[in-house]
This record gives sequence, structure tokens and C-alpha cells, in this order.
Amino acid sequence: MMTTLFNSIIPAAIAIATVFLFGCTGEIIMEKAGHLNLGIPGIMCMGTVGGCVGVRICVLMFGTHTINWFVLVLLTLIFSALFSCIGALIYAFLTVSLKCNQNVTGLALTTFGAGFADYFMTAINKSNFAGASKVIRYSLPFASNLGVFGKIFLDHGVLVYIAIAIAIATSLILSKTRIGLSLRAIGENPATADAAGINITKYKYLAIIIGSIIAGFGGVFYVMDYVGGSWENSFTIQAFGWLAIALVIFTVWKPALAIAGSIVFGILYVVPYYTSGISFAQMKILNLLPYVVTVIVLIITSIVGRKNVQPPQSLGMSYFREER
Amino acid sequence: MSENINNIINENTSQETSIRFENITKRFGEVWANKNVTFEMYKGEILSLLGENGSGKTTLMNMLSGIYYPDDGNIYVKNQHVSIKSPRDAFKYGIGMIHQHFKLVDVFTCIENIVLGIEDKEKAKISYAKEICQQICDKYGFIIDLNKKVYDMSVSEKQTLEIIKVLYRGADILILDEPTAVLTPSEIQRLFNVLRNMRDDGKSIIIITHKLNEVMEISSRVVVLRKGECIGSVLTSTTNEKQLTEMMVGEKIDLNIQRDEPVNPEERLIVKNLSCRNKDGIKVLDNVSFTAYSGKILGIAGISGSGQREVLESIAGLIKLETGDINYFDPKDHVMKNLRNRTPMQIRDLGVRLSFVPEDRLGMGLVGNMDIIDNMMLRSYQKGYAIFVDRDKPKKLGEKIIESLQVKTPSINTQVRKLSGGNVQKVLVGREIAASPKVLMAAYPVRGLDINSAYTIYNLLNEQKNKGVAVIFVGEDLDVLLALCDDILVLGEGKVRGIVDARNSSKEEVGIMMTKSNYEKESDIHE
Repeated sequence: MMTTLFNSIIPAAIAIATVFLFGCTGEIIMEKAGHLNLGIPGIMCMGTVGGCVGVRICVLMFGTHTINWFVLVLLTLIFSALFSCIGALIYAFLTVSLKCNQNVTGLALTTFGAGFADYFMTAINKSNFAGASKVIRYSLPFASNLGVFGKIFLDHGVLVYIAIAIAIATSLILSKTRIGLSLRAIGENPATADAAGINITKYKYLAIIIGSIIAGFGGVFYVMDYVGGSWENSFTIQAFGWLAIALVIFTVWKPALAIAGSIVFGILYVVPYYTSGISFAQMKILNLLPYVVTVIVLIITSIVGRKNVQPPQSLGMSYFREER
Repeated sequence: MSENINNIINENTSQETSIRFENITKRFGEVWANKNVTFEMYKGEILSLLGENGSGKTTLMNMLSGIYYPDDGNIYVKNQHVSIKSPRDAFKYGIGMIHQHFKLVDVFTCIENIVLGIEDKEKAKISYAKEICQQICDKYGFIIDLNKKVYDMSVSEKQTLEIIKVLYRGADILILDEPTAVLTPSEIQRLFNVLRNMRDDGKSIIIITHKLNEVMEISSRVVVLRKGECIGSVLTSTTNEKQLTEMMVGEKIDLNIQRDEPVNPEERLIVKNLSCRNKDGIKVLDNVSFTAYSGKILGIAGISGSGQREVLESIAGLIKLETGDINYFDPKDHVMKNLRNRTPMQIRDLGVRLSFVPEDRLGMGLVGNMDIIDNMMLRSYQKGYAIFVDRDKPKKLGEKIIESLQVKTPSINTQVRKLSGGNVQKVLVGREIAASPKVLMAAYPVRGLDINSAYTIYNLLNEQKNKGVAVIFVGEDLDVLLALCDDILVLGEGKVRGIVDARNSSKEEVGIMMTKSNYEKESDIHE
């Protein structure tokens, strides 16, 4: 059992955790700016399409056998970012400029993003994706020979490390810099931030765009790394999007905690697949665990009532300046 | 009105001007918030901006701090014509405003709030800011812990933080919007000492207030606003409280509201020693006692937030009292009943009706998205025991109200929020009156209404009075209170400042009772 845990479960958990971590970090950035973006599942789908377009372009440019690892990763991420941006701009324009209801806009965007992905992913020629995925997933050749340590820490594709780096950077920016201070002020009390002379619209747009791009990487990672370049439909990615939003609550809006939190979610997610002899129904019940844990965390933070584990005060509310 | 009211002081021309308002005008829809306001202030003085509720003091100052932009007129800062489009512009010109509702981020520490939004990299550094702020504290005598989180701070600490915040940004023109409203007497003295230190250091300070004794104590000059217009500016040393009150409330306007002599008034509601605290632990009602008579209109006057709302809500059973009794004399069985231990529903059924019109008209009485019939049903649905609700009776009631009160609505099925303010008000008051109340409470029932609708409401209240209902009317316009009511209860800081006969009282008398916190009945106002 212990060998399974360290050789299979934890490495697999870390891999799937990366999807959650990207989504969660992106969502935290937006929520810190006061925007509860329920469109994350849709944006992750759109980011996936973008990443796949990037891969396809690379394949067309270089052919299957001569693809440069760096160029492939770079192009994949750039195109993913561009496509996520489309979703982000739709959401930002509606909720920041037009001050629409954030929940309705987000849910609509999720539906839109899922349909968008299902449509374009059928249209894209995926014949070389498996090969491209192997390139993207490239890890240090000696990693798998280093036993448990190598399996857990080294035997992953570059996107896993990018996710962790982004989470750490986000954490530092939010807590240590002027930009982070302003962003948090906007999510807590936009009227105060406005009176302090902070350009609220600019910050909100940037937070939504950057957050969406990061979340979109989660979808790309799942398709091009975790499942090795195959595509069935958008449902799994949507499910990951919801889990990422739950993870934000689980980690009490702290990106550094999200690294650990996503691995916990990852373990809860993969354990059913490594537990032999359970029925389909039992497996589904185990799949519920991340959500149950989130509800428990939510209850605990509400009871504790400490101000520093609460959501940003004006989360989900539009800001009107000349309101009287 | 005496001559020196309009005697705008020219002796100060030798002093350096820090701000000059020239014909400032601002409208919100139909309402003139400020109209051609012109005055100036000088370096190193404390100026009081005095005026009743809604006289445009805060709006005017918001234009100086970049929250609003004037529709017309010019602002000069240090003799330079400026255009202040945002709070950032205001900082640039050295203007800092301390709002009545503090603009602080609760989860941030004191120092984080101070550096928030500062662009200069050096100044935005926490360590640098701490050093400078400590110097500011020492210089002017502030006491504050710079590492404390705002949610752990008292109101007075938050205010101190706000002042340090604007000073750190280099403000030398400070605006304080009703700074003493939330402070205890000793905190007020501490604040005044700090303000004097800052004045002596050459800062210009504007304080918005309607407390006359504080005006006399702290300021060197007073500018009075009334209904958005600047009435005049006087040196504090050459004026007195009586004159300031006259300037504030203006001359009596004859409104021609009909007022009949009360017929056989008898005690209906005897309120004794009400006290309660709000959620911050501040006493909002302090030993309030009064009696409301049948067939009389009792007016409640006071600057906003003096406890008017709490008095009505405690009678209606909506808030928890610390002490006190509300005795209701039931005309049906001639028995005295204490309302304090009854639920709001039981109180309503006894015939005590609250037609409360808070700041947001649709907030507490009607549901905006429902039509008139459904809103009528809100008061009667408990009566039905059938599976399906009976819409016939409410429909008839709605039709009756529309006809008798001339509610302008496309149909009885129109959503209430689509009606204009006056018509919404009529629906609300009409419904409460239809239940033939014994006590009718109306708070600000004419707020935001045009003249004709207001008179319809006055007539309705009069009709109820003549039917023998005890009417309690909370108003903000002294002319209306004096013309409509029989008695006026004046509230100030949660205490009863006095009960006067509306027929034989002057506007100044009520005005000075409202604004002067150490008011005593034998003061010199009758001289």
C-alpha cells in the first residue's frame, strides 16, 4: 500500500493537482479584485482550444519528428493565453464596464466556453497530438531512476513547475507589493480604493485577463500533458473548473496554500482510481470528497469568523461611483 | 434678519486664500444640491460649514475632494484655477477629506491603509511610511498603533487613521464631514486639540457640522448653507447661536397646510424611558419618554440619526430595547397594554401601524417587483387558510386606493417599482390606512415627493387625525412640522430635547433645540 501511495498515487495526484492549481490561482486573482468568476470552467475550455491550436500550428510548421520542445511549449501557451483572453474580455466587459450580474455572466460564459471547445476540438486535426504531448511532457531523463524522490519531485512536465511558480509569484505579489495591496483593496472596499486614487477599472480588467490566462493553462495541461493529447468532450475540464473554484474557498483565498490544497484535492481525486475492488457507486461517492471537504472548510471559516479567512468583502458586487 | 448676517468679512483679505468657490452648482436630477455657492477660506483657519440635513454641505465638499464634479462654477486652490476630476486630483492639490463613513479597508493594518494607492515608490514603502507617520503623530499629538488591523480599531482610532492618512499624502486643506457625530465627549476634546495644533501649523480645516456649540468652540469662521445656497459667512467671534440658527433655518414659510383643532384627545401611546444601543454598542436611544394622543399629530424633529428611526421601530416591536415601556391604551376594551412583550405581528393587530419610509422607499414597506394587488396582499395573506390565495379583496382595496388617492399607474397589475416615488408612497400609506389603524407612524412620508403629492399625504394624515387616530410624523422640514403637527418632540443624540406646542413655537426655537447639544429649556432664545 505504501509503495502504491508514493509510486503512483502521489505522483498522479501532483499531476492532476496542476490543473486545479492553475484554475485556483487564476480565480484567486480575480476574486481578490472582487470578481467571482463562475466562467472559469468555460475559460479553461477556451484556453484548451487555444493550446491545441498552438500545437497544431507547431506540427504544421515543423512536422512531427523535429519539434523543438521550447518552441512548442511557448507557442502552446501563447495561443492558449490568446483564446482565454477572448473569454476574459467578454466577462470583463460585461461585469466591469456594463456592471452585469457576475454570477449570471459567469455561468453563461461557462456554457459558451464548453460549446466553443466541443465545436473546435472536433474540427481540429488531432492526429499528431499524442506525439506532441510526449514532447510537452518532457521531463529529466534520469528522474524516473531516482526512486520515490524522483517520481514525486522530478518526473513531471514543465507545466507542473510553471503552475507552482505562478502560485508562489502570485502569493508574493498579493501580499508584498503595492500592486497587490491595491488589488486587495479593490476587492475589499472599492469605494476606498477609488478614493485613494486607484484606477479600479484598469486593475479589474487586468486581474480578470491575467487570472483567466492562468486558469486557461490548466485546461491545456490536462489535454496535452495529463491525458497525453486525447480529447473526448469538455465535461471533464468543466468539472475541474468547478473544483478549482471550490479550491479557492478551501485555501481561504491564499495562492501559496493552494499548492498544498490542490495536492489534497488531487489525492482525493485519484484515490478512487487506485483503490481496487470498489463498485462504481462507491467510486462516485469518493469523487464527492473534494466538495464535502470544501463545505466543511466553509463552515469552519464561518464559525471561526476571523477576518483574514473571509472572502473579499465586496466579492460579486459591481462598483458604481456616483451612487447616492 | 439682522444686518451682519450678510456682512461678508473683508478684514481677512490680508490673509492668504487657500480655497475659493465661485458659483458652484450641482444638480441631481430635479434636485439642486448646490446653487451658485461662492465663498473662500484662508490658510491657518478652521471654518465651519453649517446647515440642516440636505442643505448640500457634503455634496459641496465632495466636489472639492473629487467624488463629484460640479455642473457649473469654478474652484480655485491657492489662487490657481483647478479642475478636480478624481480623488487623485484632489491629493495633488493638497486636499484631503475625512468622510463620515470611513473609507478604510477593514482587513488591512493601519499603515497599509495609509500607503494604499500612493504611486511614489519611496513613499509607498511601509518602513518609510511608518517613520514619517510616527513623526506626524508626535507633531500633532495623535495616539495610534500603526500595526493594528482596522477591524480591531475603535471609531475614534479609525478617524485618527483617516486624518493621518491625508496628512501623509501631504494635504494642507482638510475637510472633516461631521467628525464628532460618532465620538464621545472626551474623544471630541482630543480631536479638537489636534485640529488646533494643525491650524497653528498653517493648515486650513473645514468641518461640516450641525452642532452649534462645537461651531462656537472650534471654528474661527462659519459659512452657512441653506437648501443648497450659501447664506453667508460670519466670524465666530461676532456671532451667536441664535443668529446662526436663524441663518440655518431661514425665515418661516407659510405652507397653508390645513390643521384642525384636535377633538377630545386622549392618551393613546405612553412611551416611558426607552433606551437601546446599536450593534456598535453606542446608545441610540437614551431615556426617551413621550405620549401620543388620539386625534393629534405628534411630530418628531431632529437632525438625521438622532434616534427617530429607533423610536418608531421600538414601538413597532422591531428592535430590542434595553429598558423602557410602551403602554398602549386600547380603545376597544379600555385596557392598558404593554407592547414591549408582544411580537410585531401582535402589535400590528392591535392597530399600531408603521408606514415607514426609509432612505430607500421600496426597502421596508413594499416589494418593488410585485404589482399593487400583491403588495396589498402582503398585509392580509395570513388571514387566508385556503390553498389558493384570495386576490379579490386585495384587488378591490387596490382599486379603492388608486381611485381615492389618485395613484397614477397604467394598471393595477403594474409592478410597484415602475411607479414614480409619490405614487409608491401613496400605495404604501393607503394600504396602512386601509387597516383603520389606531396609531399611524409615518417616517419621512414626503421625502422626494413633488408639492402636490406631498399635500395629498398631509391631507391623508389630517383625515386620520380627525378620525381619532394618534399620528406620529417624522419629518425633516421644520416648516412642515410646524404647520402640520399639534405637538413636536425634538430629539437630539437619542435624547428628548423637549416637547413643544407646534402652534406657538418658532422655527428658530425648534432649530436651536435640535442643534445645540447642551440645550436647556431656560436658554436665552426667547430674549
